[in-house]
Formats: sequence, structure tokens, C-alpha cells
Amino acid sequence: MVVKPLTKNIDMSRPPMSVEQYQGAGGYVSIKNIANGLAPEAVLQLVKDSGLKGRGGAGFPTGLKWSFVPMGDNAPKDKYLVVNADEMEPGTFKDRLLMEGDPHLLIEGMIIAAYTIQASKAYIFLRGEYTESEKALSQAIKEARKAGFLGRNILDTGFDLDIVLHTSAGRYICGEETALLNALEGKRANPRAKPPFPQVSGLWGKPTIVNNVETICNLPGIISHGVQWYQSLTKGIDHGTKLFGVSGRVKTPGCWELPFGITIREVIEEYAGGMQDGYELRAFLPGGGSTDFLLPEHLDLTLDYDEIGKAGSRLATGTMIILDDKTCPVGMVGNLMHFFSHESCGWCTPCRDGLPWVDQIFIDLEQGKARPNDLQVLHDHVEYLGPGRTFCALAPGAMAPLGSALKHFKEDFDAHLSKKCCPYGTH
Amino acid sequence: MSSKVIASTSIKARPLSPSEIDEIEHEMTLYPDKRAVGLEALKIVQKHQGWVSDESMLAISRYLDIPVSDLEGVATFFNLVFRKPVGRNVMLFCDSVSCWIMGCESIRKHINDKLEIDYGETSADGEFTFLPVPCLGDCDRAPVMMVGPDLHRNLTPEKIDKIILDYSNKPGTGKTE
Ligand SMILES: Cc1cc2nc3c(=O)[nH]c(=O)nc-3n(C[C@H](O)[C@H](O)[C@H](O)COP(=O)(O)O)c2cc1C
Ligand code: SF4
Ligand code: FES
Repeated sequence: MVVKPLTKNIDMSRPPMSVEQYQGAGGYVSIKNIANGLAPEAVLQLVKDSGLKGRGGAGFPTGLKWSFVPMGDNAPKDKYLVVNADEMEPGTFKDRLLMEGDPHLLIEGMIIAAYTIQASKAYIFLRGEYTESEKALSQAIKEARKAGFLGRNILDTGFDLDIVLHTSAGRYICGEETALLNALEGKRANPRAKPPFPQVSGLWGKPTIVNNVETICNLPGIISHGVQWYQSLTKGIDHGTKLFGVSGRVKTPGCWELPFGITIREVIEEYAGGMQDGYELRAFLPGGGSTDFLLPEHLDLTLDYDEIGKAGSRLATGTMIILDDKTCPVGMVGNLMHFFSHESCGWCTPCRDGLPWVDQIFIDLEQGKARPNDLQVLHDHVEYLGPGRTFCALAPGAMAPLGSALKHFKEDFDAHLSKKCCPYGTH
Repeated sequence: MSSKVIASTSIKARPLSPSEIDEIEHEMTLYPDKRAVGLEALKIVQKHQGWVSDESMLAISRYLDIPVSDLEGVATFFNLVFRKPVGRNVMLFCDSVSCWIMGCESIRKHINDKLEIDYGETSADGEFTFLPVPCLGDCDRAPVMMVGPDLHRNLTPEKIDKIILDYSNKPGTGKTE
């Protein structure tokens, strides 16, 4: 049985599979299952039963999200599926692998999702810098159309679907799903107030589902091999497999498809080969730049959403960033703060004015110009920009590494103040 | 990117080229309204001209019937819409966390020294514009940067020297016409 449904076809040393090769490897079977009489409600039930949770960061149950879309004769005729391929979270490099490595898997998943909510138009919102993904996806969309998996009356189901590949022009906030909808409509990508939720009123006011690339890539396996198979994949609590990545000073940084429930230690020590010679693990961000630092004492935690949550952080994107003992934690957090400050969309005051202030304090710390009270100002921001205090989750995401760093690396912050420079030297 | 507001009546729309119009028309078939095509049109013009001048901005505004202030609002929102001329090759240098941990600052200094430019600047010979960009999603091969559409990984000073040489001799990637 398949154990790596997301990456089984991926071999980056050759071009991705063509539609024929992909079908030869068992691809598009789920669409045939649908054509053989699997109704949208039945697909929805399978996705709900599978326990699939969104891989874009929040871990929201996918079937539940879909179930809010109005269905039936009274539902609006136009609905949309949008794939969030804006991957820009610092330290996150997983969706790129899927799109460049096996674009047909994403397209097959999109057909399933669109069919379930009965949307006949789908957009892929792709980060503009991902030029290789753009090539792979546009080629695959063409092939899928030619093979009859896209277009009108797909495999005689009476269902139509067109996929449009939209490339963005670089702004992290576009990954926030309501900002993404504004960007697709050609507006400035400020987030929207919720409710109404996109499932009811999204793109051009129509019911819309936004899902992450990796989430969508889980669907073909679930529909082709069934819920029981899917649930047998995990070693832990959450179902299925996940792309886990490690970057920083490890021996073999990379991204691997692994079952949930594997320990962090296994990923870092076995897959990533452990720390490079001469470096020790100081701490790590478990799921990209918007997560709280965890420490070596957390290495034996299992990778499940709730387990990481209980330790005070988030599994989020599953791509870990390693802080070693020779890298300045204050500098690392300063780098993240600079990113978040630059990418604030400017819509709400705490984030627009608060993040540049935080950014400036980190510059002052580095240059020996910070004042003792500045650390208190940082602490205050962790509170003022925390969850629920700002219009969207960008600012609280920024506060996750900051708040945890202030807790774990207090002596490093203090040393910057007392020595009036970075004790680790220049970078 | 520019602080210049198009208030002056002395700036006139330039005519869009036939290929620009073709591509904009194609985009119009993919979206239900013209407004959604605004960003697409900006990108199309940038692809052909290298950047978006005031004259181009006015031309798009007129062609799509979008107020120029709205279009400017979109153009200035996005990091990769250039409202100032750029060099023949745009270097997008990842300055995010994993690349920083892996020493991108020393690579940046090497580029500073070689080309005598820092972020936001264009080399004197007009070959390279140097810009920082958030995480390029290749953190396991840090440090990384793009030159035009191409990604370069595991950067070292030696690799930078070679890249600069290679692209200096190549047709530009910032502009296709
Ligand atoms: C600032 C910000 C940036 C985000 N960027 C992304 C992104 O690049 N890709 C993504 O899939 N989700 C991103 N998200 C999460 C999305 O808002 C949304 O939760 C996700 O696309 C839903 O898909 P899922 O249910 O399949 O996880 C971001 C959220 C925030 C607040
Ligand atoms: S929190 Fe920041 S990114 Fe989100 S809406 Fe407010 S200003 Fe924009
Ligand atoms: S941090 Fe540079 S590619 Fe991700």
C-alpha cells in the first residue's frame, strides 16, 4: 500500500510526471471513482471521516470548512475554489516541492475539492517568485484539459471545471485567506472582516473555499484508497502524512513526507542528520517563523497538532528552523521582526505602528543603542499585538517568536544591553 | 516604490504595444471583471518594459477603466511591481531567517563590494538591481537568491562571482522586448 501519498511520484532529478505517466502511477483514479457515481455529499463525508486538517498553518478540519458552503438548488450558481500557493512564511519550503515535483497531484485534488462544493471555477494563487512552479503547473493544467480531466462535462459527470493560475507580485499578507481574495479581485490585499466567512461570501461575494496546496494534495489518496487506509498512515493522533522540513545548521537540511506522531528528535537527528560538527542545538521554531520557540527538552514530543500546542507552540507549517549555539537568538528574532514589520499590510494601528517600533528596538540592540526600558517595550508589544488584538493573525504570529524569545533568552537580551553590542559578533 | 504622484497633466498615457494588449485581453477572459485584471496588466507591462512608468500606469488605467489612484494603490502595495527603472537583471536576495542563520549577510557584503550597490540600488553599468526578498521557499539550500526568473542556491562568494559574470554576458531578464 502507498505510504507516501504526497511525494511518491516526486523525483527532483527529473521533470515531473506527464499526465500519462501520472495516470500510469495510479493518478486520477479518484476522478474515475467520482465519475462512477460518487456524489458530492459522499466525497464530503469521506473527507470529514478522514480527519484531514488544513496544512496552511491553522490546522482547521477540512471537511468541516467545506460543510459551510451553501449547497443545493437554492445555493448561488457561482462558487469558487482557491488554492493558497502563496508560500512566504519564513523558513517554509514545502508547497514548492509539491508543485514542482508532482503538479498533477494538486490538480487532481483540486478537481475533488471543486466537485464537492460544486464550484466550476478554481484559481491557484501562486507566489510570483515561484517561476518553476508556474511552469510545471501551467504545463500540467494544459495536459489535464487535453486528457478530459478539466473543461466541460468532465468524464461525463456533467461537472465543469476550469483552473486559472494567478501569479502574485510579492506580499506575505496575500497568504491570509481574505487578503488573498482581495488580491485576486485586483484590490490592495488588506484582510476582510469575518464574518461573513469566505465559505458563504468570498471571491466576488460568492461562496469560496480557500485551501493550502498540501491540504489539497491529500485528497486524491483519501478518495482513491479510502478512509481506513488514510487513517492507518499515522503513528500518532492526527491523520495522514505531513511534509516536515528542517533548515539551519544541520548536516542534511531538507523536507520529507512523514507520518504524524513521529518525534521531533527523529526528524532532526535522523532525517536532517543532526547538528553540523561544532554546533549544538539551542532551540527551534517548530513550524515556520510565526511559531513559539521550543527547546532541546521538547525533542521527544511527537509531531501532532495538539502535542505541540500543549508545549506552548504550534505545529503550523511543519517546517522547523534550527537555532544553534553560535547564532545570536536576538539577531535571529530581529531578522523575523524586520520581516513582519516590512510585510505588515498597514490596515490596523497596533500592527502598522507596533511592528516597526519593535524592529527598531532590535536594530538598536544590535548597535548597542538600546535603553533598558526597551525590553519592557518589547514585552508590552507581545501583549498589545497578541491574539485578538489586531485585525488579522499576522501580528500575533510575529509575537510568537518574540514572546518566547524574551522568556528563553533573557540573558542574551540583557547582554546586548550591558555590553552595548551583540556578544556573538557581527553576522 | 515611487513617491511621485501622477498629478501633473503633462504626463500622458503612452500607447500600449500590440503584444501588451493581446496579453491583457487574454487575462480579461480569466476574470469576471476588469478591475481584477489591474495587477495582471501591471505585471504584463513590467514584463515588456522592465518597470511601470507613469505613462504606462495611465495607459493601463485608461485601457481598463480603473481610476489611476486605485491602480497606483495596488502597484505600491506589492513588492515586485517596480515604479522606478531597474537594471537589466533584478537580483532578489533572500534576507529571511534561515538564509540569515546560514550567513547571507556575508554574501550580501560580497555583492556590495563587487557591484558597489546595496539594497534598492542599480549598478553603474545598469546590469543589476539588488533587492531583498522574503524567504524564497528554498531554506534547505540557503543562502539563496533569484536573478531574473532563475533561482541560485547554496550561495558562496565564488558562486556570486560566476553569476555576475554569466548574467553580464547574457541578454537581460528584466525585459523581454
Ligand atoms: C499573514 C498570514 C499569512 C498566511 N500565509 C499562508 C500561505 O502562504 N499559505 C497558506 O496556505 N496559508 C497561509 N495562511 C493561512 C491562511 O489564512 C488559511 O488559513 C489557509 O490557507 C487555509 O487553508 P487550509 O485550511 O488548507 O490550511 C496565512 C495566514 C496569515 C495570517
Ligand atoms: S494585523 Fe497587520 S497585517 Fe493584519 S490587518 Fe492589521 S496591519 Fe494588516
Ligand atoms: S529563508 Fe531564505 S529561502 Fe527561506
